[in-house]
Amino acid sequence: MLDWMINNPVPSALLVLAALSLSFGAILGFAAVKYKVEGDLLVEQIDALLPQTQCGQCGHPGCKPYAQAIADGEAINHCPPGGQATINSLASLLGVEAPSLDAEHGQAPEVKQVAYIREEDCIGCTKCIQACPVDAILGAQKKMHTVIESECTGCDLCVEPCPVDCIDLLPVEEGVREWAWEKPNADLIASDRVPSPNSAEASV
Amino acid sequence: MTSHTIWEVPGGIHPPENKAQSMAQALAECPLAPEYILPLNQHIGAPSAPLVSVGQSVKKYQLIADAEGIFSAALHAPTSGTISAIEERLIAHPSGLSAPCIVIAPDGLDEACPLEPCEQPFALEHAAIVAKIRQAGLVGMGGAGFPSAVKLNPHANTSINTLIINGTECEPYITADDMLMQTHTHELLEGVRLLAHTLGNPDNVLIGVEDNKPEAIAALQEAAHKANQKHGCDIQVVSFPTKYPSGGEKQLIYILTGQEVESGKIPASLGIVVQNVGTAVAAWRAVRYGEPLIERITTVVGQSLQVQRNMRVRIGTPMNFVLEQNGFMASQSARLIVGGPMMGYALEQTCVPVIKTTNCLLAPSHSEMPEAPPQQACIRCGHCAEACPAGLLPQQLYWYARSDEHEKLEAHHLFDCIECGACSYVCPSSIPLVQYYRAAKGDIRKAAADKLKSDKARERFEHRQERLAKEEAAKEAKRQARKAAAELNKAKMAAQQAATETSHSQNLASTSTHKDIQPPAIPAIASAEELVANAATAAKAQQDPTLDKARLSRTVESLASSITRMKAQMAEAVSEGLDPSRIEKMAAKLKQTELKAQEAKTKLDAFDKTLATGVLVDAAAQKMMASPQDAAAKTLSSLQKRLSKAQELHLEAVNENKPSADALKQGVIKLEQKIEEAKQALSEAQNAAPSSSSSEPQQPDAAAAAIERAKQKVQAAASMTPEQKAQAAVESLQKRLSKAQERYAKAQETHDENLEAFATGVEKLELKLKAAMEAQQEGSEQA
Repeated sequence: MLDWMINNPVPSALLVLAALSLSFGAILGFAAVKYKVEGDLLVEQIDALLPQTQCGQCGHPGCKPYAQAIADGEAINHCPPGGQATINSLASLLGVEAPSLDAEHGQAPEVKQVAYIREEDCIGCTKCIQACPVDAILGAQKKMHTVIESECTGCDLCVEPCPVDCIDLLPVEEGVREWAWEKPNADLIASDRVPSPNSAEASV
Repeated sequence: MTSHTIWEVPGGIHPPENKAQSMAQALAECPLAPEYILPLNQHIGAPSAPLVSVGQSVKKYQLIADAEGIFSAALHAPTSGTISAIEERLIAHPSGLSAPCIVIAPDGLDEACPLEPCEQPFALEHAAIVAKIRQAGLVGMGGAGFPSAVKLNPHANTSINTLIINGTECEPYITADDMLMQTHTHELLEGVRLLAHTLGNPDNVLIGVEDNKPEAIAALQEAAHKANQKHGCDIQVVSFPTKYPSGGEKQLIYILTGQEVESGKIPASLGIVVQNVGTAVAAWRAVRYGEPLIERITTVVGQSLQVQRNMRVRIGTPMNFVLEQNGFMASQSARLIVGGPMMGYALEQTCVPVIKTTNCLLAPSHSEMPEAPPQQACIRCGHCAEACPAGLLPQQLYWYARSDEHEKLEAHHLFDCIECGACSYVCPSSIPLVQYYRAAKGDIRKAAADKLKSDKARERFEHRQERLAKEEAAKEAKRQARKAAAELNKAKMAAQQAATETSHSQNLASTSTHKDIQPPAIPAIASAEELVANAATAAKAQQDPTLDKARLSRTVESLASSITRMKAQMAEAVSEGLDPSRIEKMAAKLKQTELKAQEAKTKLDAFDKTLATGVLVDAAAQKMMASPQDAAAKTLSSLQKRLSKAQELHLEAVNENKPSADALKQGVIKLEQKIEEAKQALSEAQNAAPSSSSSEPQQPDAAAAAIERAKQKVQAAASMTPEQKAQAAVESLQKRLSKAQERYAKAQETHDENLEAFATGVEKLELKLKAAMEAQQEGSEQA
């Protein structure tokens, strides 16, 4: 065997390479089966970035289907509730240029909203309960309904089915706890500033 | 006093101290204000819960709001009076927003409710002291407002080895702690002893003071010396070089112990507790005299004030009232800052109240504190990195904050930034760096909160989807069950129909071949399930009929060829005059082979028959599946086809003058009758089930088989004499009638739900038998 290999270096090298590639291929194949990653990772990652309002403004019945659609090549600028921030993070995840929001799917909301049921007008039809994608509305047949504010995503889907128009979307009030500092206006230059009335005489 | 090792904190700046202005005057008392506004959330944690209602009169020190949960603090009335409102009021907060407050209208009497003093506070248990401090509503007075009782109650597994009392007060302008240390030295030392006692007398008790407060240091050292001698404790007063921001908790710990608190951890993880001097005094007063926290020392300073001094201000006093007491000149004031010039924030309104953490009101004039010049581009000088006491890279943080790169900000430890403002102070481009960091921190916190909420929404959405799917599946299962039940019912009905139909069709042409097709007829009368099962078995038997048939026919062929070969051999042997015994043997062998061939042939025939039966069973099943209307229509069409065929045959026979012409004529007549009957049945079926849907698509195979079968029957009928035919029909009908009657009787016994159907079946059979007998008589008469 060894003699033959020494005498025939090229065929023996080929044989050794073939044996190696076969064994590595077997190992890789085994590993691919054994350590197979369940589920679609990309869809999960995209879904994690979407705002989960489940509002359907993108034209998909929920955020997960839109995540799937993005993974399949749909544009990333169809999510008004997420706004530019979501588009930016999606763009950086997918390694593409961040487009601006597609106005066809609606405008990014100025402030966060929650649904509010005017309880004296509610007739207890349960239509809004069926429409709510996150089960944030409580109530029963012919009993007054109400929105669990902390669970409401402000998706707007309950407003349309209400036969008595008793649901309003109200802006979320920002308390002291939610408040945060604003980023300074970096583009201000000296001549932009309105001089305060006393500054001139004080500096004299 | 032994000298203590001092470590030097990195970075830091030396801004103008501006501490002399407010120290020139003695500590003053702020008079009673016309109104006290007490925000429910003056501390870190949950807002306290009001215990009073509007219109209720309260006394000084009375508990008006209790702590809600562990991270919360109680609130007490600063003076006697009535609760005029519990409502949203503007508070001292950079946002300029409102928050719920209890408003007290003082009655001017300043009546106090009785307090519970404690003569022997050092005899109290740890828990009792912590409870008293908690009841007094104590929070960290240095600025953060962390509930003190929580800090004094470390986790059971952490032993505290160092207590640090923070008297650093490194921020410019502020002298409240300096004044406190000078005026309340004894109380402070007692407070320090008490806190040490509460924490289990740690090895090191250090009071850290910057060396720009020599009077305070001297007073403290004297008092500490006395206390150490009197009580045998070891309180050290440590002074260290002035540098901003040495007063930060982590910075002070490093200066005094050389230990660094890990990012994201609290000092207790190192066995260290830091308390402000103000907190120590308040703790002493709370435990010793039972006095809740209703006032504090606040520095009121700035060039827009006629008097700059430290004041003892009750919590809830409106700031504009405090400023008025010091000759505030609004026209001179650039802005009102709460806290120091480095870390404080400007207020838009001055009607906000002083709270537990308000250590300074700074009302500078325009010249004293001109507005910051507009920011310019970062020149990457790196001064900020040199100034940062937390060892961060402010410049990098600035770039990332500008471009909202939250992950990178967190990777650069944005949350370790103490927002001291040293970087902004040294920035030659006047970039408000801290504001960028504060904004970025807010954004990150908001994003985290949004993420939490969106995760919750996703979870709820997915659960909802799952629930809906389950509901839908349950509904579908129910629907399927109902459908299956309906189909079974329908099949039963159809089977009955088919039974009658088959009896019709068989009646007409089956005569002598009746025996062959009886197997499908019987299961048709039997229950529907049986029929289906039969059909299934037939189908199974049919699985590969062509193959089996081919095999059988091959055997037959080979046997036939061997017979001819043997015959030839035998003929040869006879002609050659061989041994007769041998010829006999050959003859026997031939006979055997012939027998085998016979057997194979019968097998093949039998196989053919079963094949045909299978087809018939199939057809019956098909019929059963089809609606009665369809079945009737089918029967009719097949009958019509048969009639035309029979007519043709009859014509042929007549033309050729065959003896069978008469018989054929008879058949044609009968077929016509049948068609009439079938038409009736069809119209009946149409009337009976006008709405019954013709769901089953017609299978061409089954139809073809039915046609084939009808043809066979007609041919068979054609080859029989009318007498024979009539006889056979009568016989078979009699058999079936007796069978049907039997079944009917059985059904009557068991009260079968299909009793009526059986009854009509018997009736119909009786009618048919009658008709058949008449036909037979007619036939015999003709003959």
